[in-house]
Amino acid sequence: MLESRRFVIIGFFALVGVIYLLRLFYLQVLDESYSIESSSNSIKRVTEIPFRGQIYDRYGKLIVYNTPVYDLLVTPNKARVDDTLRFCQVLGIERRDFDSLMTAASAYSRVKPSLFLRQLSKEDFASIQDIMVDYSGFEFAKSSLRTYTAPTLANTLGYVSEITKGQLERQEEPYYRQGDYIGQSGVEKIYENELRGKRGTKFVMQNVNGVYKGPWKGGELDTMAVAGENLHTGLDLEVQQYADSLMVNKVGSVVAIEPKTGQIISMVSAPTYDPNTLASRYFSKNFAALVRNPYKPLFNRPVMASYRPGSTFKLIQALIGLQEGVITPGSGFTHANCPVGCHNHPATSTVALGVTHSCNPYFYNVFRRLIYKNNIKNTFRASAVGLDAWHDDIAKFGIGQRLGIDLPSEYKGNLPNKKYYDRFYGEYRWKFSNIYSLSIGEGELLITPLKMANVAAIIANRGYFYTPHVIHGVGDKRAVKQEYLERHETGVEPHNFEPVIEGMIGAVEAGTARRSRVEGISIAGKTGTSQNKRGDDHSIFIAFAPVDDPKIAIAVFVENAGAGGSAAAPIANLIIEKYLSRKVTNKALEERMMKLDLMSKVVLPTAKKPAAADSTKKKTEQTKPVNPDPNSPENRRPGVPHPNNPAAMRKPVTL
Amino acid sequence: MPESKPITKNVDWLVVLIYIACLVIGWLNIYAAVYNPEAHTSMFDLSNNAGKQLMWIGTAALLIICILVIDYKFYETFSFVIYAVVIFLLVVVLFAGSNINGSRSWIKLGGFSLQPAEFSKLAISLAISKYLSDPAISLNRKLKDYYPIMGIIALPAFLILLSNETGSMLVFASFAIVLYREGMPGFIPAIGIIGAALLIITLLFVKWYIAGAIIVIAGLVVWLMPVMTRRRGGLWATIIIAIGMIGIVFGVDFFMNNVLQKHQRGRIMVLLDPDSDPRGIGWNVIQSKIAIGSGGMTGKGFLQGTQTKFDFVPEQSTDFIFCTVGEEHGFAGTAVVVLLFVTLISRLVVLAERQRSRFARVYGYCVAGIIFFHFLVNVGMTIGLMPVIGIPLPFFSYGGSSLWSFSVLLFIFLKIDAQRPFTLSRG
Repeated sequence: MLESRRFVIIGFFALVGVIYLLRLFYLQVLDESYSIESSSNSIKRVTEIPFRGQIYDRYGKLIVYNTPVYDLLVTPNKARVDDTLRFCQVLGIERRDFDSLMTAASAYSRVKPSLFLRQLSKEDFASIQDIMVDYSGFEFAKSSLRTYTAPTLANTLGYVSEITKGQLERQEEPYYRQGDYIGQSGVEKIYENELRGKRGTKFVMQNVNGVYKGPWKGGELDTMAVAGENLHTGLDLEVQQYADSLMVNKVGSVVAIEPKTGQIISMVSAPTYDPNTLASRYFSKNFAALVRNPYKPLFNRPVMASYRPGSTFKLIQALIGLQEGVITPGSGFTHANCPVGCHNHPATSTVALGVTHSCNPYFYNVFRRLIYKNNIKNTFRASAVGLDAWHDDIAKFGIGQRLGIDLPSEYKGNLPNKKYYDRFYGEYRWKFSNIYSLSIGEGELLITPLKMANVAAIIANRGYFYTPHVIHGVGDKRAVKQEYLERHETGVEPHNFEPVIEGMIGAVEAGTARRSRVEGISIAGKTGTSQNKRGDDHSIFIAFAPVDDPKIAIAVFVENAGAGGSAAAPIANLIIEKYLSRKVTNKALEERMMKLDLMSKVVLPTAKKPAAADSTKKKTEQTKPVNPDPNSPENRRPGVPHPNNPAAMRKPVTL
Repeated sequence: MPESKPITKNVDWLVVLIYIACLVIGWLNIYAAVYNPEAHTSMFDLSNNAGKQLMWIGTAALLIICILVIDYKFYETFSFVIYAVVIFLLVVVLFAGSNINGSRSWIKLGGFSLQPAEFSKLAISLAISKYLSDPAISLNRKLKDYYPIMGIIALPAFLILLSNETGSMLVFASFAIVLYREGMPGFIPAIGIIGAALLIITLLFVKWYIAGAIIVIAGLVVWLMPVMTRRRGGLWATIIIAIGMIGIVFGVDFFMNNVLQKHQRGRIMVLLDPDSDPRGIGWNVIQSKIAIGSGGMTGKGFLQGTQTKFDFVPEQSTDFIFCTVGEEHGFAGTAVVVLLFVTLISRLVVLAERQRSRFARVYGYCVAGIIFFHFLVNVGMTIGLMPVIGIPLPFFSYGGSSLWSFSVLLFIFLKIDAQRPFTLSRG
């Protein structure tokens, strides 16, 4: 009797199964209301892009901030545009733009939203927002644009643009997604992690037209976006813009450093461009124009361009000579028996006078003594040992290596050592007579404007430096990177700096840079004339001021401007005056420098490939050093005096 | 006895196939539930529930092999030992358990959590079967024979109640099915069902109307009753039943307000009118119905669901996994799942009936009853026919403890069944 209960039980099971099937059939097939509710009220995950950190100058003036803009996204399979003509009119686009944008969006995904128009301004957004409700499948996403308070510092700050495919694939931890913005150069690139902040996620409810219907679950699951950290620079925006105005119509660099901290006060890469042009809807067009520009405005000259230091290098030679004891402050040299030429100047009976008059034979002799200091009989071996010892001393000034500034693509420069010459001549097949042009900063030496500004800072500090850096304070805590708080010693004792500084004061007061001295400010400086194969010499000047309590160290490079005293020194001294006294007294000089147009003198490497301009030349110099053999065919081209060719060097070249 | 005959020959392959089908469909739906279209979630990534479930499936397979290898007599012999071990674990968890989602019912072992309450079903099943295997025990004659059964169920139920895991405790109601089969008078489950129905009706309609309706029905019953029955006490019986039912109707208020906890009351209220609290407790039910309802006839397609992503339906890979089936595979998918379950439990009943020992039969009914109850409540909850009670859908829901306990439960029975030709009837 109890066995029959199994039928009751199985019947009960079956009954439940049937009830559930009927209920499911009703819910899923018969009742339309649920399917409508589902598609009409769906949850969307919205990524909240945080505001990028802002950037301030040394006095707290805003340099970079963000302006809200709106991107228009389209979901192709939901898009309904019945009136294409009106639609295009509202958005201000052509019919064929519309078609190509739709095609591109469909190619990406038919069901996911993709970018239709980017970076509509707040005003544009306000005017079309209401009309767009008529077209389903379109939605707006808030985004922001970098905005610059002044049209300056383009290369230092860098630019931000949509992440490239390669960057997307190469990222180590998957953070970025298609369409994300990322710092591509300058400070924006180096401090990307600090600036970008933290993305937030919001869940919102939307109806079929993508119209916002409020937060889902009252925002319970949302995570807030955290704005990026603000960056505080050591830049002086006013001085920076003043320096910009002086460098108009010139090719070159200005780097000013606060010697006591290593903070960059000003950094000009001329010619420059307005950074706002790369932070707009027209990024690709404007970027292409900058790439095509023969003067390479995107090339950050202060840290990437390489020059021979010319006579400014004599300062280091003097310092090393004094430190190594091969000369004393009272050492004097004449022009006699010297393969390098010089110009007429009073006798150089002390180190100070040698610096003031930038006497070539003086430093030829200093260098000779440094190389042969080791007293090895064999001159080949003596040169080899001497050069390496010298190399190590010079390297402490940051020459021939990256300083570690917080900007991308810093050029290492070149400081030759034994190995370097061995590659050309073979071991012990070369001696001092092959390398003496190093003595006056020519030959195989390559530096950047930044390095020479740092040399000025070292002399200002009498022996040490802090790595030059743009950002001196990250976030509210103003945290400074540890590496920028470390003091680097050069190994030259402070008392050895005094004769050199005395010579530098002399150079400004009565020497090569006397025409640009500033009343009331004690400036110590040194001109340089950097030889190059492409035309007139580059004008170089490094200086610091005030002498007793240095507040600014500066290096100015003006390409093809001739001697150091002609363009670089006046520009440097005007900037120093502007920085220290906030005004400029010598208005005539200021006007002359601002109006000076050297663009016609600038020689681009080859007329055929203008885009390759500077960098190509630099690259060849990096990889293939100048052949120091004076008899090589390369150096016998007419009109190109090779620095190592004694005949050429006999001309006075070192003003 | 030629017990060395390979187990593969005698095991019931229909049940095994349904079991495998449930695991595979369940796993794919767990993957769909955790799938994030932006992150390209991997099926085999151990950091998400789909990858972990695969690992649980693998370990369950090992467990099954162990069960099939162990002698079938072990389970009967050690029934009470297993029961004692589980009771011990339930006590341990009260003191050493980790708190997950408000219930202190998990034991953490290394990186994994185990829920002893899940294994209490197995323990009770074995203990009841063992107890009922004594042919002297009769459920339709002696009331005192019920006491041990009540004790066997009440002890773990009490311990589970202490750890605040009410859902698991309710599953013990499924033992009514086996008790009914073994002789419990039919009016007891009937009273239970009528009581539950009255409870729901009371909450839906005005109490006086219901009382009136009961009186009218009682009057009709008395009127239609054969005169002989009426004279032999049928009249009084009907009056007493009617008064009892009216008492229940008016007692419901008291029950709802004083006996049930607030969230339990809420869950029952929501069942009756989900829109009464659309952002609170009603949310689960509404969203789960939307998800299933939006699936239509054939569904949106694998991984194409929109409602079961982003925690839209809560517990989407565990208790609400049926929503994913409904949304992505539509009525076709849900019908297959319902049919799989009905076939499985019916087949288990058939298998149980062909057992020669009473132990095996009772145990078979226990397994069928437990799986049926889970199916009844879990699926019923997602389609708005049952209150929201957090119990998993067997073989489908994500979770190692539930998968293990259901697999063990089922395969012990399959093992016993496979030995059936060689066992002698004892009851």
